[in-house]
Amino acid sequence: MEATRTKSSILSIQSLVIKFTLRGQVLTAIRDISLELYQGESLAIVGESGSGKSVLVKSIMGLLDKNGSIEQGRILYNDRDLAQFTTEREWLQIRGKEIAMVTQDPMTSLNPLKTIGKQIEECVVLHQGLKGKAAYEETLKYLTDVGIYDVEKRYKQYPHEFSGGMRQRIVIAIALACHPKILICDEPTTALDVTIQAQILQLLKNLQQKYGLTTVYITHDLGVVAKVADRIAVMYAGDVIEVGATHEVFFNGQHPYTWALISSLPQLGLKGQQLYSIKGTPPNLFKAIKGDAFAPRNPFALKIDYEERPPFFQVSNTHYARTWLLDPRAPKVELPETLLAFFEEGRQHANDA
Amino acid sequence: MTHKEVLVAVKNLKIVFGKGKNKFVAIDDVSFDIFKGETFGLVGESGSGKTTIGRAIMRINEVTDGQILYHGKNINGKISKDWDREITQKIQMIFQDPMASLNERAKVDYIISEGLVNTKKFISEEDRQQKVRKALLNVGLLPEFANRFPHEFSGGQRQRIGIARALVMEPEFIIADEPISALDVSIRAQVLNLLANLQQQNHLTYLFIAHDLSIVRFITDRTAVIYKGNIVELAETETLFSNPIHPYTRALLSAVPEPNPYKEREKIVEIYDPTQHRYDQQPPAFVEIEKGHFILANEQEIENYRTTRKMGG
Repeated sequence: MEATRTKSSILSIQSLVIKFTLRGQVLTAIRDISLELYQGESLAIVGESGSGKSVLVKSIMGLLDKNGSIEQGRILYNDRDLAQFTTEREWLQIRGKEIAMVTQDPMTSLNPLKTIGKQIEECVVLHQGLKGKAAYEETLKYLTDVGIYDVEKRYKQYPHEFSGGMRQRIVIAIALACHPKILICDEPTTALDVTIQAQILQLLKNLQQKYGLTTVYITHDLGVVAKVADRIAVMYAGDVIEVGATHEVFFNGQHPYTWALISSLPQLGLKGQQLYSIKGTPPNLFKAIKGDAFAPRNPFALKIDYEERPPFFQVSNTHYARTWLLDPRAPKVELPETLLAFFEEGRQHANDA
Repeated sequence: MTHKEVLVAVKNLKIVFGKGKNKFVAIDDVSFDIFKGETFGLVGESGSGKTTIGRAIMRINEVTDGQILYHGKNINGKISKDWDREITQKIQMIFQDPMASLNERAKVDYIISEGLVNTKKFISEEDRQQKVRKALLNVGLLPEFANRFPHEFSGGQRQRIGIARALVMEPEFIIADEPISALDVSIRAQVLNLLANLQQQNHLTYLFIAHDLSIVRFITDRTAVIYKGNIVELAETETLFSNPIHPYTRALLSAVPEPNPYKEREKIVEIYDPTQHRYDQQPPAFVEIEKGHFILANEQEIENYRTTRKMGG
């Protein structure tokens, strides 16, 4: 965790704005986001559905739907601005080769008519330039790497002959066979059982080490985040509202939305009592958002929250939050006891560690 | 906590799908009781049979062998018309996916009152509308919503409509099959709270089927862990979580990631190996190892569990 501070940036998102046109209306999915991804780290992007986390990573891979476009901002990777890419040709140099993705549902991301061996080999041939026997051998190596036994027999089997967890392993093998620098995992375990989830997350962690990957996880499960992430970026209504090292966001979170997310965890609830729940609904992204998007649902909202978008206030070297509560003029707020107890527990663990 | 009335009793339930070579035993000799007023959790992985049990109580799946008793009376097989109508009304279900479980072409008014119409459970048109209005208010929606279509609502609101549809029948017992898995984190809390409030107001009993153990721990009173058609452990929820005994339960609990990065980094995930049991020599039984805490094990294993866990006899 400490190491991320000195590491260099591998991908840099600067003032990104993404808009979609839907039935003649314009929806702003990403509202001026700036985010750094550091070499070798594991970053988790956390948010509810509709917060824009998937749109953000799709824009990095050039997979935005046709009605969506980058209105403003830059995505810098290897001194090239991905936001300027217009043709598929340009994207093919990045997609897979440099940045690969593991998607949520292993049931739909594989071709049911091809053996899994062929599907992995395809990537080995295309991205590593190997042929014939060499490509076959390399494919078997990837199958072994993702924890599949009896690889020569498995090579010849079709996706329907595999369980959900095994299929997800194959999807990971395909991603790895492209030799990417960055691996994006979009809800990689949401469709899987918990015991399988634990195995897949462990596998991803091991592979990250082995191949020196930088990984980005997109998830809404804070348990998964705690297991895999070095850093967390919390998204709400198309904006990153807090970013920091995992333990900082968990145990010293500053944005009221981060507090609300943590408070509504059933682990923090007491049986027989009401579980904390966020009032209201997320804002309509078809309308322009003024001030802090979370303000209408925020019990700690200040007057200025409705008027002006908060800047990033620095909490530590690695920890930033977009909330006016961090302004020196802001009044002190009293957090609910369950949340304070959770923070306290975290601090004790930190001291023990 | 001492004396409890049994509302639903499942006795030696066996459910087999298919015939001959394609025979598949989905549920194998499962027995448990659900007490009136409690929330009973059923957890397991996909394919374990938890939904099949729920559907059997709902009388959607046919029972191959065994009995399901409601208020001590049989509800599977041949039953009288009156009794059939009564349980149709008293047992209701809430489904997992609010996007798929509501008829897209019907207005909310129709969706909620369909059960009322089928069982003729209203006196006049005015009475029916009144009941729909009340059900909507109960789940925190506005009565005006009755004239809208499902696609006009968000996931959380749709799930509320699904709950209203169950409530309008004035049930005693609700089977909730993964009612919040398809919802977002913040909406989950709202729906969980709603379910808890409704339980108190209407004296409901829940069978809560889920795979998310953190939610099960929060909402249920007792929990049964099911693995490949067998219940392997059943106990009061807190006991089950603080003192799991069966190796499968332990593996399942250790696999759940906790929202605490420090704990997660140190945690060792236990792996369950079903070949560790020697059931060919000594078949297992479902035994009470301490008060209210049942596990599936043979005598040898019980001996081991007692010594390693220092359980009270």
